[in-house]
Amino acid sequence: MRLKSLLAAGAVVVIAGSALPAAAQGTLDQIVERGEVNCGVTTGLAGFSNPDSEGNWTGLDADICRAVAAAILGDAEAVNFVPATAQQRFQVLQSGEVDLLSRVTTWTLTRDTSLGLNFAPTTFYDGQGFMIPKDLGVTSAMELDGATVCVQPGTTTELNLADFFRANDMEFEPVVIEQLDEVNAAYFSGRCDVYTTDASGLAATRASVAENPDDHIILPELISKEPLSPAVRQGDDQFLDIVKWVVYALIEAEEYGVNSENVDDLLENSSNPVVRRLLGASDELGGHLGLSNEWAYNAIKQVGNYGEIFERNVGSETPLNLERGYNDLWTRGGLMYAMPVR
Amino acid sequence: MALNAERDTRVSSSTPFWYDPKFRAIFFQIVTLAAVIGGIGYLVGNTITNLERQNVASGFAFLDREAGFAIAEHMVSYSAADTYGRAFVVGILNTFRVALLGIILATIIGVIMGVARLSNNWLVAKLASIYVEVMRNIPLLLQLFIWYGVITVSLPGPRDALNPITGVFLSNRGFMVPAPVEHPIHFYMGIAFLLALVASYLLYRWAKRRQIATGQQFPVYRTALALLIGFPLIAWVVGGAPAVVEVPELRGFNFRGGMSLTPEFAALLFGLTFYTAAFIAEIVRGGILAVSHGQSEAAFALGLRRGMVLRFIVLPQALRIIIPPTTSQYLNLTKNSSLAVAIGYPDLVSIGNTTMNQTGQAVEAIAIFMAVYLVLSLTISVLMNWYNRAIALVER
Amino acid sequence: MADQTLHRTVERAAREDGDAPVVQPPATRSGVIGWLKGNLFNTWYNSVITLVLLYLLLQIIPGLIDWLLLSAVWEPATAEVCRAASGACWAFIHEKYRLILFGTYPYSEQWRPTLAVALFLGMILASCNRHFWKPWLALAWAIVLLICGTLMYGGVLGLTQVPTTRWGGLPLTLMLATFGLAVGFPLGIIMALGRRSHLPVVRLLSVAYIEIIRGVPLITVLFMASVMFPLFLPQGVSVNNLLRAQAGIILFAAAYLAEVVRGGLQAIPKGQYEAADSLGLTYWQATRLIILPQALRISIPPLVNTFIGMFKDTSLVIIVGLLDLVGSAKAALTDPAWRGFYRESYFFIAVIYFVFCFSMSKYSQHLEKRLNAGTRR
Repeated sequence: MRLKSLLAAGAVVVIAGSALPAAAQGTLDQIVERGEVNCGVTTGLAGFSNPDSEGNWTGLDADICRAVAAAILGDAEAVNFVPATAQQRFQVLQSGEVDLLSRVTTWTLTRDTSLGLNFAPTTFYDGQGFMIPKDLGVTSAMELDGATVCVQPGTTTELNLADFFRANDMEFEPVVIEQLDEVNAAYFSGRCDVYTTDASGLAATRASVAENPDDHIILPELISKEPLSPAVRQGDDQFLDIVKWVVYALIEAEEYGVNSENVDDLLENSSNPVVRRLLGASDELGGHLGLSNEWAYNAIKQVGNYGEIFERNVGSETPLNLERGYNDLWTRGGLMYAMPVR
Repeated sequence: MALNAERDTRVSSSTPFWYDPKFRAIFFQIVTLAAVIGGIGYLVGNTITNLERQNVASGFAFLDREAGFAIAEHMVSYSAADTYGRAFVVGILNTFRVALLGIILATIIGVIMGVARLSNNWLVAKLASIYVEVMRNIPLLLQLFIWYGVITVSLPGPRDALNPITGVFLSNRGFMVPAPVEHPIHFYMGIAFLLALVASYLLYRWAKRRQIATGQQFPVYRTALALLIGFPLIAWVVGGAPAVVEVPELRGFNFRGGMSLTPEFAALLFGLTFYTAAFIAEIVRGGILAVSHGQSEAAFALGLRRGMVLRFIVLPQALRIIIPPTTSQYLNLTKNSSLAVAIGYPDLVSIGNTTMNQTGQAVEAIAIFMAVYLVLSLTISVLMNWYNRAIALVER
Repeated sequence: MADQTLHRTVERAAREDGDAPVVQPPATRSGVIGWLKGNLFNTWYNSVITLVLLYLLLQIIPGLIDWLLLSAVWEPATAEVCRAASGACWAFIHEKYRLILFGTYPYSEQWRPTLAVALFLGMILASCNRHFWKPWLALAWAIVLLICGTLMYGGVLGLTQVPTTRWGGLPLTLMLATFGLAVGFPLGIIMALGRRSHLPVVRLLSVAYIEIIRGVPLITVLFMASVMFPLFLPQGVSVNNLLRAQAGIILFAAAYLAEVVRGGLQAIPKGQYEAADSLGLTYWQATRLIILPQALRISIPPLVNTFIGMFKDTSLVIIVGLLDLVGSAKAALTDPAWRGFYRESYFFIAVIYFVFCFSMSKYSQHLEKRLNAGTRR
């Protein structure tokens, strides 16, 4: 028995030893010491974060993690992706298991105030919509009375859906399925009349899963606003600032025509003071964030500007084939507006 | 230490008290208890601190708040405007429904498959063992995914629904059958049915006593069947025989009216049934094999037919061996019904899961899960133990 | 069946009886026809059942073979080629098998989990041989598990460090089940002894633990591990998701293993306890030297069955976001270029699970026979 208690004690020590001290120092110091950014992502959502055939995480959310890692550590690959389910996501952030949650999370007042976290600027503006087979002849969400609706649980989507039908005094029958691929399969097999999720998700599903994408239409009504934003733990303003300004820098870079290809050239030759400040050729902006002066340069060089990230993961060249829409720059009628990097 | 507790009463009074086994037993128990209570106290303390820090509410007050989400299948009326408490009730009833039906079906299929494995028809025996081996060796979760896929993909949409009998529709929206419109007489019919049950039981007791006393048999099963059908029927006729039946019809997007069996429910039920039936089949086979061969040989020698031997000689004896492990299979089935969350059947865990997300009150939701499953498990155990005692061999 | 036995006995008797001439049975009772008659068409209802089953098989099997083999896309191809074909798309498996088997483990380092799994399987095969059931086997297991762990985690000997968050697929499934058993087993023994203890407090605590855990589904235990564990820990300490799930599985396994061990303990005749007492052994001596060795021996077959159950049950960790075999198969399905190949993906992992569980259960049956050989009446 003595041996066993020793073993048991040993096990406890091993487990305790692997526990990570979270609050001892600032998040930035921890990341630098660790040499890696721990980043919470989905367990697989096409275009935002999903593992490719070689097991590398790809997607818009994953690239935001990479940009932050590039800005802090100078290496976009110094990211440890932690897949988390919808239920776990806030827990993994609060407990310190991840530094940054980049996991299609809607920014709401409740979450911002009561979950011990802070949101960085929105990286993708979305809204909940409906997709329906064309041959049902429905043109507006107001005609959906009595429909069977496929929806994923555990998100604001389920609540928005119930609110919408109640507000318009209509009935519906939900089919609530946890797994994304299962819920897609349920819709396309005709189990449901309507599929509801964020509009980007609808477009992605229509483009990549439907046998004939033209057989399905996305109804014009968006029943909610879904600003998907990265989140960090409350109480570490320095790290919040870093994530915030990395996102702004990516947007600013697109606005000023800086991309991963021309960034070296512009660093050398640009005479535009905005670009020079952004890339660290003049001024000491990185120092204000506690980073090196190449922070934005590294992020743009290794990951690309916001437009490149968007096109690479969800844009028209990809199976998801999304329009820029709200996610276009403010100068082109979208909502992407970076605060001045100066 | 423990074994010595009662034996050494003759310890001489000069031995120091820490060698006294009674003292040791008490001391050891106090230490254990203190350690456990201390450990739990520490965890609870941490939890309370953490909840306060994260600003998450605690307590069961949320059960009175409006849930705001819809549930497709509910045996009691429910809408999104109802409370979380009512949503939980809906979930519990749904869990209960699938578990009860699953247990009944799994028992039937399990017994058939167990007997089939011992069939003298080579093809039947082989197919039964393939069934058992395949089902037992693939995770249930995977089987549920497969069942759900098969059901939703292979059945037609509601507009092309299969219509084998008038009023009955089979589509990927489920299996729709006509149902009588709700009427107060149904309540009285239910009472009549319960009365018939009691009457049947009393009849059974009486017939058995009479057979022991006089040797005369009484057709108990047929009479009981007549009672069970007859009583509610009489109640119905007395109540004026209201015969309004609602036939499902395609209106708008879907079938309205009638009763329906949804694909989610069907997939879960099939998955649980066929998975558990494979285990029950093995138990039944083992039980039958364990009955001494002489018993069936003697029965054959008496001139009983194969079916009769199985029914009157082998199965009753095998039952004593079969019941205890089958009880744990019933428990497993009930617990496995929690996998519903993966395919969208709104059971307790699925609804609790949504509640947990909306309110953030994980501790309370998990406490409810545990309490409900414990009560269900205990109920099944108690019922099965009672049955087990009833059929146990009474040695004289 | 009884018929055949009789038949054989008669035959043997005839042969042993040297004087009598050996008479071959009539053609209707031997050879293919005899077998068919004896096993498929021996009574009229058996004949009907056989014909109905044969008809059903003819309906199902050709289509299945066509989908699985004939019309399937075998060579590496694009998703478009696959969608055009009417059969299974094994090209999907070809494209994704490394993701399914190893999850998001770094691609260039995947020889490490391969080697670890191979070592592990070798160890399992070696352990099947009863000649190796010696104390050093436990030591060998400890060493092999240590090597496997080192291979997976790295950080020494020039191996790059791979955080547990990138572990996935088959190694993860095996690991969760093995450690569930390995750590749960000693806990289970303690619980089982506690349940049979004469100290009421100890007995009560053990019974409460075992029955509560056995009374609730694994999912709720995993939810608890995933959502509530972090709340249990003091602020600033966190344990990662994999370890939390593993801890949940261990706690769950311990309760079931305790019942397995208790079964073994109950099978020990009372005389053994009394003999140990009369030798003047203390409780722990008697338990360690007399009772447990016998009880554990009896428990081995149900132990293997519990392991099979655990192996299948680890698939539930997908609910708490770990990419085990089922999880990574589903993650493979999220690739926008390759969506929709559910059947192939599920079939592939179903075969893997089946091969593992089926061979283990066959082994457990074999073992049961062998171990009972000495005690059978």
